[in-house]
Amino acid sequence: MERAISFTLNGKPARVTVDDERTLLWVLRADLGLTGAKFGCGTALCGACTVIVGKEAVRSCTVPVKDIAGRHVLTIEGLSKNGQIHPLQAAFVKQSALQCGYCTPGMIMQAYALLLKNRRPTRADIVRHMDNNLCRCGDYNRIVEAIQEAAGATKARAS
Amino acid sequence: MKPDEATLTENGALSRRDFLKIGGTGLVVFFWVGPLDAFQQPPQPYAEAPPSTPTDFNAFLQIRPDGRVTCMVGRVELGQGLQTAAAQLVAEELDFPYDSIDMVMGDTDVCPWDVGTFGSQSMRVMGAILRAATAEARAVLLQMAAEKFNAPVERLQVSDGVITDPAQGKRITYGELVQGKRIERHLTKVPLKPVSAFKAMGKSPQRKDALDKVTGKAKFAGDITVPGMVYARILRPPAHGAKLKSVDTSAAEKMAGAQVVRDGDFIAVICGRPDLADRALALIKAEFDRPQTGLDDKSIFDHILKNAQPPKVMAESGTLADADKLANPLEQTYFHSYGAHAPIETQSALAMIEGGKATVWAATQIPFLMRDRVAQALGYSKQNVRVIVPYVGGGFGGKNNAQNAIEAARLAKMIGKPVQLVWRRDEDFFYARFRPAAVVKIRSGMNEGKIVSWDYTVYAAGDWGAITFYDIPNQRTTTVPITQTAWRNQDNGAGLHPFYVGPWRMPGAITNTFARESHMDILASNAGIDPVEFRLRHLTDKRMRRVLEAATKQFGWKPARAPSGQGVGVACGTFYKTYVATAVQAAVDKRTGKVRVERVVTAVDAGVIVDPEGTRQQVDGCITMGVGYSLSEEVLFSNGEVFARNFDSYEIPRFSTEPKTEVVLVDNPELAPDGIAEPPIITVGAAIANAIYDATGARLYQLPMTPARVMRALKQS
Repeated sequence: MERAISFTLNGKPARVTVDDERTLLWVLRADLGLTGAKFGCGTALCGACTVIVGKEAVRSCTVPVKDIAGRHVLTIEGLSKNGQIHPLQAAFVKQSALQCGYCTPGMIMQAYALLLKNRRPTRADIVRHMDNNLCRCGDYNRIVEAIQEAAGATKARAS
Repeated sequence: MKPDEATLTENGALSRRDFLKIGGTGLVVFFWVGPLDAFQQPPQPYAEAPPSTPTDFNAFLQIRPDGRVTCMVGRVELGQGLQTAAAQLVAEELDFPYDSIDMVMGDTDVCPWDVGTFGSQSMRVMGAILRAATAEARAVLLQMAAEKFNAPVERLQVSDGVITDPAQGKRITYGELVQGKRIERHLTKVPLKPVSAFKAMGKSPQRKDALDKVTGKAKFAGDITVPGMVYARILRPPAHGAKLKSVDTSAAEKMAGAQVVRDGDFIAVICGRPDLADRALALIKAEFDRPQTGLDDKSIFDHILKNAQPPKVMAESGTLADADKLANPLEQTYFHSYGAHAPIETQSALAMIEGGKATVWAATQIPFLMRDRVAQALGYSKQNVRVIVPYVGGGFGGKNNAQNAIEAARLAKMIGKPVQLVWRRDEDFFYARFRPAAVVKIRSGMNEGKIVSWDYTVYAAGDWGAITFYDIPNQRTTTVPITQTAWRNQDNGAGLHPFYVGPWRMPGAITNTFARESHMDILASNAGIDPVEFRLRHLTDKRMRRVLEAATKQFGWKPARAPSGQGVGVACGTFYKTYVATAVQAAVDKRTGKVRVERVVTAVDAGVIVDPEGTRQQVDGCITMGVGYSLSEEVLFSNGEVFARNFDSYEIPRFSTEPKTEVVLVDNPELAPDGIAEPPIITVGAAIANAIYDATGARLYQLPMTPARVMRALKQS
């Protein structure tokens, strides 16, 4: 059913009038022009489309847009604050935790959700939380190290 | 003038005059970099289309009035870090700040012609050309400054793009020197910088693409938008070889906002939104006649052996027949299943046709070949097609074809609107040019702890990496002619494979290395000798000895006859002039057959190292992907239907399967930089197979070594 859906997108009010069964991924990409979240599998198997809804990482390729009415949505485009990139983004750069970069926005958003809940994740915590985000060309160890580094940085910033 | 107004010479290369027009403001310095045809010949298996032989692709650099330098290369950034490494080369030879170099890659109207980004040859081939061109540019600039200062060239100094004459106290930047003037000079015999003088190379600057990629700003083909663009979905057959019997598109046609277009069996839906196009496609009812070939992932190997053209001897030395009589021959057959590339970015393109010219933004490794094929498909001349390649989300050989772009371009022409076509994951698997299934037979003979005969035959994998580098007095290497084995037969005319096949990160060499290095381990164990010691006894090649010794030293290899119960394995391999040795620690769950790769140490000698961190990244990426092809990645199929449809039916590595990785870079400053993005992957399979044997005494003869195959091998051991 086509209807107006209001939500908060990267801290700002947003409103779209769309078929409410459409998926969040394609509304973000094709209607709102936010192409940071990527299409990878279409069935929540790879995590390239990951965004934050509320405080949870979700696979936007399988979330109908009606489910986000009134919710807070955060995408990779909304992660920098006041022109400063987020410690996770800085750590991914520093640790060379990317190659082709196609999975990177999803990786960072998935990790962001982890750090919201767990400020000091162990390596095992990170592996468990990140295990359904797939990367094909890089190596996962660098991503784990980047998340660990960012966890230290966010902790330091918070204190 | 607009880029699309440029004319091209007959063979497709821009003339200098036209290039200057395109280049806009600022100096484009042209260089003579010697006869390049030999450099630019694609390796045989890739020569699907004869390359045009450009007369002028020497324009790599533009010195802009704002003082920055633009470097244009026809290759693309797939994640391998070429954008960064190429800028480093330019920074080095030009004596110019890395941060002030902008890379423009893979745009067929702007960049010099290039064969394509594959075969781990960007540094070896393109890097050599780029270095020579840049060195010449620097010499031209120095000559210009000398004339301006009225000073001898020898007296001038260059640093960070500033030329100084200490005697007169004069200084000038490259930008000030050229002031947008057009200059074309050729110098001959400009020497390259010696490695000892390197400042930019050998270091690891921040990747040029890193910030864009962590902020979501990096644009991939599917992220490009143009006004009025629409999204397409194409009706696909359920199996390769299936023929459309009947189709009913009426429901899709009735859907609001959907348009059905048809040209014979080519049927597509067009929508203003991609997910609505999916919905419209689902409304099409189609029936297909499906082929009954009887071929599946199990019967394929017999099929290959029966239907392959007679193998031909590619190398032979000694007298195999005599040696065979002496030795007690061991015969073994090795198998390799079909594999998919599965980059996270599926094949994607946006095609726009305006004023009789097509522009295609595409995720491809072959911008220039794609341009030619799109032109052919549309009936356009090459100069009326422009391919622009933004960042590419992984390739691995899977983006060496043009089907997706051709489909998008055909649709754009049919409906008169720009069309985006991003393949679904199942389409990306279905039309992947799989790494071919293959069979290797080895017959070998031993005498007093040494191999005396080696008779090697490979079917369907291709000949790369087939000839052994071990010292064996009597040997023969036989391969099925490349015309049938691999990916040149896009029409499958030879009938060997039930679907398209193609290159997959280091084609041929994975299969050949798995077979050879598994066989070496069997012989070592039979002779009661430690597998590293056994290899060294058969190695006089110093570079191979060096990487094997470096890897095993870092690993802390404890010599023992396999199976020692330690769960360790090694393998050696080479591609072109890159040498690799890998040592693996693995654990096998004997109840489930699951293999856990715990630690991988890889030593690489790829000549002089341009970017150590970038090199380590490539090796680590190879190890990760190597674990995938070794243990889980297999394309299952039957009667043309491909069962690999998504990441649940084709398992690629993930965080929890990642081993601890260690990379030993064996720097070899006397040698030009060689390929690194692929060779380190070739040794992983055999090293894991050998570790499984060392842990359990079970020998695996087929890749991938799935839990079911490991269980079968455990029962037989």
